[in-house]
Amino acid sequence: MANAQPLLSVRGVSKAFLGVSALENVDFTLQAGEVHALLGENGAGKSTLIKIITGAYRRDEGEVLLEGVPIHPRDVVDAQKLGIGTVYQEVNLLTNLTVAENLFLGRQPKRFGLTDVREMNRRSRAILDTYGLHIDVTAPLANFSVAIQQVVAIARAVDISGKVLVLDEPTASLDAHEVEMLFAVVRQLRARGMGIIFISHFLDQVYEIADSITVLRNGRLIDTVPVAGLNRLKLVSMMLGRQLEADIKRTIDPTTAQSDPLVSLRGLGKRGNIDPLDLDIRQGEVVGIAGLLGSGRTETAQLVFGIERADSGTISVAGKPINMSSPRKAIAQGFAFCPEDRKTDGIVGDLSVRENIIFALQAQRGWMRPLSRSEQETLADRYIAALDIRTSDREKPIKFLSGGNQQKVLLARWLATNPRFLILDEPTRGIDVGAHAEIIRLIIDLCERGMALLVISSELGELVGYSSRIVVLRDRKMVSELTGEEISTDHIMKAIALHGASGEAA
Amino acid sequence: MKNSKYLPLLATFVVFVLAYIICVSVFPNMLSTRVAGNLLTDNAFLGITAVGMTFVILSGGIDLSVGSVIAFTGVFLSVILRDTSIHPLVAFAMVLVLTTAFGAAMGGVIFFLEMPPFIVTLAGMFLARGISYLLTTDSVPINHPFYSTLQDIYFLMPGGGRLTLIAIIMLVVFAVGIVIAQRTRFGTYVYALGGNLTSAQLMGVPVAKTTIGIYALSGFLAGLSGIVFSLYTSAGYSLAAVGVELDAIAAVVIGGTLLTGGYGFVAGTFLGICIQGLIQTYIVFDGTLSSWWTKIVIGLLLFGFIALQRGLMWMSERSARNMRHASAAQPSSA
Amino acid sequence: MAVPTIVRERTPQLVVLAVILALNGIISPGFFSIEIQNDRLYGSLIDVLNRGAPVTLLAIGMTLVIATKGIDLSVGAVMAIVGAVAASLITSGYSLPATLAGSLFVGLACGVWNGALVALLDIQPIIATLILMVAGRGIAQLITEGVILTFNDKPELIFVGSGSFLNLPMPVIIWIIVAILAILVVRRSALGLLIEAIGVNRRASTLSGVNSRVILLAVYAASGLCSAIAGVIAAADIKGADANNAGLWLEMDAILAVVIGGTSLLGGRFSLVGSLMGAMIIQSLNTGILLAGFPPEFNLIIKAAIILIILIVQSPASQAAMANFRANRQTVAVKTESREHAAR
Repeated sequence: MANAQPLLSVRGVSKAFLGVSALENVDFTLQAGEVHALLGENGAGKSTLIKIITGAYRRDEGEVLLEGVPIHPRDVVDAQKLGIGTVYQEVNLLTNLTVAENLFLGRQPKRFGLTDVREMNRRSRAILDTYGLHIDVTAPLANFSVAIQQVVAIARAVDISGKVLVLDEPTASLDAHEVEMLFAVVRQLRARGMGIIFISHFLDQVYEIADSITVLRNGRLIDTVPVAGLNRLKLVSMMLGRQLEADIKRTIDPTTAQSDPLVSLRGLGKRGNIDPLDLDIRQGEVVGIAGLLGSGRTETAQLVFGIERADSGTISVAGKPINMSSPRKAIAQGFAFCPEDRKTDGIVGDLSVRENIIFALQAQRGWMRPLSRSEQETLADRYIAALDIRTSDREKPIKFLSGGNQQKVLLARWLATNPRFLILDEPTRGIDVGAHAEIIRLIIDLCERGMALLVISSELGELVGYSSRIVVLRDRKMVSELTGEEISTDHIMKAIALHGASGEAA
Repeated sequence: MKNSKYLPLLATFVVFVLAYIICVSVFPNMLSTRVAGNLLTDNAFLGITAVGMTFVILSGGIDLSVGSVIAFTGVFLSVILRDTSIHPLVAFAMVLVLTTAFGAAMGGVIFFLEMPPFIVTLAGMFLARGISYLLTTDSVPINHPFYSTLQDIYFLMPGGGRLTLIAIIMLVVFAVGIVIAQRTRFGTYVYALGGNLTSAQLMGVPVAKTTIGIYALSGFLAGLSGIVFSLYTSAGYSLAAVGVELDAIAAVVIGGTLLTGGYGFVAGTFLGICIQGLIQTYIVFDGTLSSWWTKIVIGLLLFGFIALQRGLMWMSERSARNMRHASAAQPSSA
Repeated sequence: MAVPTIVRERTPQLVVLAVILALNGIISPGFFSIEIQNDRLYGSLIDVLNRGAPVTLLAIGMTLVIATKGIDLSVGAVMAIVGAVAASLITSGYSLPATLAGSLFVGLACGVWNGALVALLDIQPIIATLILMVAGRGIAQLITEGVILTFNDKPELIFVGSGSFLNLPMPVIIWIIVAILAILVVRRSALGLLIEAIGVNRRASTLSGVNSRVILLAVYAASGLCSAIAGVIAAADIKGADANNAGLWLEMDAILAVVIGGTSLLGGRFSLVGSLMGAMIIQSLNTGILLAGFPPEFNLIIKAAIILIILIVQSPASQAAMANFRANRQTVAVKTESREHAAR
């Protein structure tokens, strides 16, 4: 296998955005007839690498060879013509067109200058037959489930490109049955000799389908290894990064664990998002949520904050059940939520730092009771100083601030409402080292002053550092709850990696 | 579920049939080819431009300039025919080139400046109307003998109804429009743009070319509609065809096309035109009702269809979710 | 402190307005002369303020709607409906206060209808307001029963359109009061901030606890109310309700005024003062073209040109190009700097 010319080979590729390196000197080799999983947490550089291969981005350095020939795809369409097709998690087909039109868009068979619909449908049926899919190709794509849409997308990509197929989280919204159907297709394509790059957060699936695995972390290649015989724990530690130093843990006041919970979830869940779970959060306590992407972490937070409505279970605050049907209701209970996606869910980009800081407090007070300009300025200045928000001016639009400073502004927005319970979803993602440490210090500080916190993070060392308890999620299920001595990166990784019931984690 | 794509069209058809039954049961005289012929002749110019509007709306856009372009065409023709000895056919070709280029230019601005079609075509509406005013502010009659010849062409239907040349032109435009929409790459691209711009781009749809082409087509058909309008009125007037863009949009929506783009049929627009025509004819037959009822009924139909589309979208979202749950509930192998 | 900021932020609009007024002055030497006759100010400038009243009022409501990333196409039609309501109420013998209350209520109801479609049914604003735009004139006709309903014998209502108070024409007084009220309500409360936030990022606003639906409903209701006031003035001005022509195409002028005033069609930051200036610019243009002896229709071409210029300035594409240009210059500067460092 080492002697065979690789189908696709990436050598020493680097890419930076506005001076920030996203990919550094990465090598990647894909053989024909291989399913190659590309793993890594958010920001690891997976999507950057894929976008370079598929022509969405230009590389800064390095080369990409397809069957030994250097390629320079100008765009996605160009890469398709070269033989590299991509299927994304969000199916990128047109659901308003028929299945056949989707398969043949841009290359419809013609007769007398007009589209030969009959021929197009016939050929579509023939193509889908090879995948064991017998559906009405004249029906709009919207009529079919996401899994079938995925197969149609794959069929189109294979039909056009035929050499390399990139599957970017194709299973993220499929159930087990549908995943099986998709994998049957993937196996068939592998047998035909195609090279398949498979991106997924579901380790079980990676083990099931992939032949080899490449792990990226922080834009660097960690390793490429064959799947056979690969230890799960080793894989998870490759992905999440093994802390060399021993876990640094905060000393936790044992009396907090006895107090009555401020927030308790009982059987809270939503189908397709997160299975019902029980959880208590007390004042002066940080409860950490660990798990890989797609394990149901953010979904849990969204249920608690009323962004999504639970279809089972209850939320009680200080012993009283609350109908958590909207963020406003949550905020009225003294809840606060810093979302993972700062840009779409957090910042109000064109508004100033000052306005963003006072925003939630103002929304809570209602439009009739405005904060005066001087109150706003005092508040903004206080938090700019307290959280060390680096901005030349409090009137600067927040969109011009760095990620770390935007995150601090969002924290300030919620702290200004003086919440009892603060939910942080990936509070330290994509921010610089200095701000990182400050946010961690702030979390600890808030907790010691008696706030209840729920923190979601992929940075296990960090989570271990400040959490009083850690809940581990896997495949939209709570699989383990670690307390006291059990809290360690080792235990978390075992809980994420291991099969079977939650009890085995320890 | 499978028919959800056709449901608005079906609703349009039901409305049309009901409207026709009501009309005929109140005024049995309306069941004649004479009335049908008049209906088609009276609405020929609206129908032609509505075909262009259908393409624009299918692609997720809107074209507010068509009424002004119709007026411009009429004024241009009347002035040319009054002041020069150019043959009408040559003048037709000239004006079609102008209006097509005008539409293409708007499409270019929409694509390259990434601005909402609504505001770009609003500028186009002002511009076309303004240029017609510059040409003349008077109503200029057209007395060219060739016009009389064209106006006298008709096909006598059984029952004495006359299918005039301009009605025939409209029917031909609809037929060609249906073929373009359903049987050409361009047509599929139009649906693709309205479905999802990003996906269309990723699938290799030439977005720039298609966008420009769509507005060029709408400009061309508005020009053709203007020619037909000048044949219909034998005059060019810069204040003519005010609000035709609204009537055309209404016909398209009542015809079952989704205003947000991606779903709909040219044939539906034809029914939409016929429904509007029926309402007008009913009012004429009644004699005591005034024409403003047309606007109200059209407004109601507009609301009905927009609400129907919204409801269908909600239902399909919910059924998509249920579909997921149903399959998630199945025992899984893993 | 507040005035200089406004001047600074609205310099382009002020310059344009000044240039147009100056041109008007050149075309018609008497343009700037104002005199008092019968306790009322007369003159071309006063005329600009007076004639511009309907567009100014519409622009106030439209500004708020556009700031939320919406649009209200129905304002002209609502003017026609309200004009018809006012005329029919006053001719049926209702008192002036009752007539005004009824008219404003109808305008408010129209706005709430639009707002409900947008905020509750999540229908795109341009589509939602199109319904009333199409049907509105028919409804107005229904109220007037198809005739131009005149009220020459109702001086109390006519006063609203052509009377004067403190030497100023009533429409001017009304729009100035409405403008001041609107600015006070929006800027002295937190409403302005919340409206802008919804226009910039509705999801983030909702997640931060803003009641987006209620605020959306409120801005469309406000737009309906402004249209109603404009409708009463327009009807009072011609002493009758003309369902066909009242407010015809004024929605376009109102949108134009807002855009000229510097509020982006893509929502977010808005300026009511800017929109007022925009309305005045449009009206000065109209007056100037009349004074210059051009046909009044000429200003359609000028409006088209203005839209085109604004499109180019506001377009995301050209803004990205500008940002790119600036960034490049900065990189060049940084590079030169680092080279200088290296040289040392």
